[in-house]
Amino acid sequence: MRSILGWLGHQFLGLLQELGRIMVLLLQALSWLGRPPFRIRLYFKQMEFIGVNSLFVVALTSLFTGMVLALQTFYAFSMFGAEPLVGATVALSMTRELGPVITGLMVTGRAGSAICAEIGTMRVTEQVDALTVMAINPVQYLVLPRIVAGVIMLPLLTIISDAMGILGGYLVGVQLLDIHGGMFMNKIQEHVTLADVYNGLIKASVFGGILTLVGCYKGFYTRGGAEGVGRSTTQAVVMSSVLILVSDYFLTALMF
Amino acid sequence: MQNDRDIIHIESLYKSFGDFRVLDGLDLSLERDRVNIIIGRSGGGKSVLIKHIIGLLKPDSGRILVRGEDIVPLNEGEMARVRKEFGMLFQEAALFDSLNVHENVAFPLHEHTTKSYSEINEVVQAKLAAVGLQGMDKKMPAELSGGMRKRVGLARALALEPKIVLFDEPTSGLDPVMAAAINELIQRTRQEFGATCIVISHDIDATMKIADNISMLYEGKIIARGSPAEIRENSDPVVRQFIRGEAQGPIKVN
Ligand SMILES: Nc1ncnc2c1ncn2[C@@H]1O[C@H](COP(=O)(O)OP(=O)(O)O)[C@@H](O)[C@H]1O
Ligand SMILES: [Mg+2]
Repeated sequence: MRSILGWLGHQFLGLLQELGRIMVLLLQALSWLGRPPFRIRLYFKQMEFIGVNSLFVVALTSLFTGMVLALQTFYAFSMFGAEPLVGATVALSMTRELGPVITGLMVTGRAGSAICAEIGTMRVTEQVDALTVMAINPVQYLVLPRIVAGVIMLPLLTIISDAMGILGGYLVGVQLLDIHGGMFMNKIQEHVTLADVYNGLIKASVFGGILTLVGCYKGFYTRGGAEGVGRSTTQAVVMSSVLILVSDYFLTALMF
Repeated sequence: MQNDRDIIHIESLYKSFGDFRVLDGLDLSLERDRVNIIIGRSGGGKSVLIKHIIGLLKPDSGRILVRGEDIVPLNEGEMARVRKEFGMLFQEAALFDSLNVHENVAFPLHEHTTKSYSEINEVVQAKLAAVGLQGMDKKMPAELSGGMRKRVGLARALALEPKIVLFDEPTSGLDPVMAAAINELIQRTRQEFGATCIVISHDIDATMKIADNISMLYEGKIIARGSPAEIRENSDPVVRQFIRGEAQGPIKVN
């Protein structure tokens, strides 16, 4: 019993320590915000990599999420004749919750892991040291552009995700299950407010910050060759996903 | 103890990784505008030493004076200023593998000069020619052999014509002809740009030819220092065994 508690305590302290180091990296990165040299190209490159290249997978997964949501809620709502509310339910779920979360998790899998693997490889092959030796701060050069790109691009992807989810709901609800199209849209307008949308986008920004920061952190402190890169990439994906879901709860509690 | 001719002066440097002591009270002086060569066994801490000189590693204790300024207590911002005077060739070259050969060599020029693209291109072509790699501009690092990567790393290290150049085993992995060419390039670097060269080497013959002074690192300390002639005459059995490359002697193979 005592040893289990000891083990738990140990794990917890380890986690706190790691979160502390992540915060230190974040502060270091932020301290370079607005300081020259600016290297705008690096930012655009990361925005393309994190945002544009994730478009397809986010759109596809969101479409099916909206479709399955409509299917599930339709069966539940038809028990008490509330079918027209399917659209509003899908739209609220997407904008407030699933749009940001799905986007966050998909981009974690696609870009967060790649960020970690790239920076981790640069670390173990001394490319990070090479930057330092050339008097280029690696946090400024590698970490900051990725975090900024994540914070900017995730809300944009989430708008696409929301739209695709609602489209999926419409396809299933209206085309397949014969809900009246006008009613479907009316209920969405009636129940979904602008605040639902932009609170979801704020969440997405936070998730974008988390997944890029964790990817950079795990990459930056990679040790032990190719094997080490593999290990930290896995850890980055797990840690980002957990942090996204945990922070989602607290953000939701704060916002709504 | 510090001499006017010394550009770098290291005093009682200690460094351990965990319980494993790599540098054990090391003292070392490196002379301005000379080719200073450090020899020693593999795994003996030569790369660790060179990383201390450029501030990539911080010692557990000791002083590292670069032109009289102790760099150990400097923060990253201050260190960046000192590093602008340095160029470094890493043991495994450390090329940026997302950039091609040309972009790798041009990288420090884009970052630290206001030169135009065509001026930068001229410098890059000259440096690539100096290391025997003209025409390789568009190749990616992954397409190059180890020796070629090292030469690109060398061209990149020399791009800004730094005042102090650190070479971590510049010729290991090269064929003898290319190794001789690189050794010549190191000497030319000193003569033409008046740079101080600090070279880690295993190649005893070449070391004897191009070094102005040689320091031997053994068990975390500098156990011998002198001109090639002095090192060759050194009576320490460890130095003798190392210089002659003999299996029998005080240095244990394990
Ligand atoms: N960052 C590090 N962490 C732990 N041990 C290290 C580190 N860097 C070097 N070492 C160890 O220090 C010793 C000296 O390494 P190094 O300086 O690379 O030797 P060499 O003389 O061949 O260049 C080796 O045993 C190496 O394993
Ligand atoms: Mg080495």
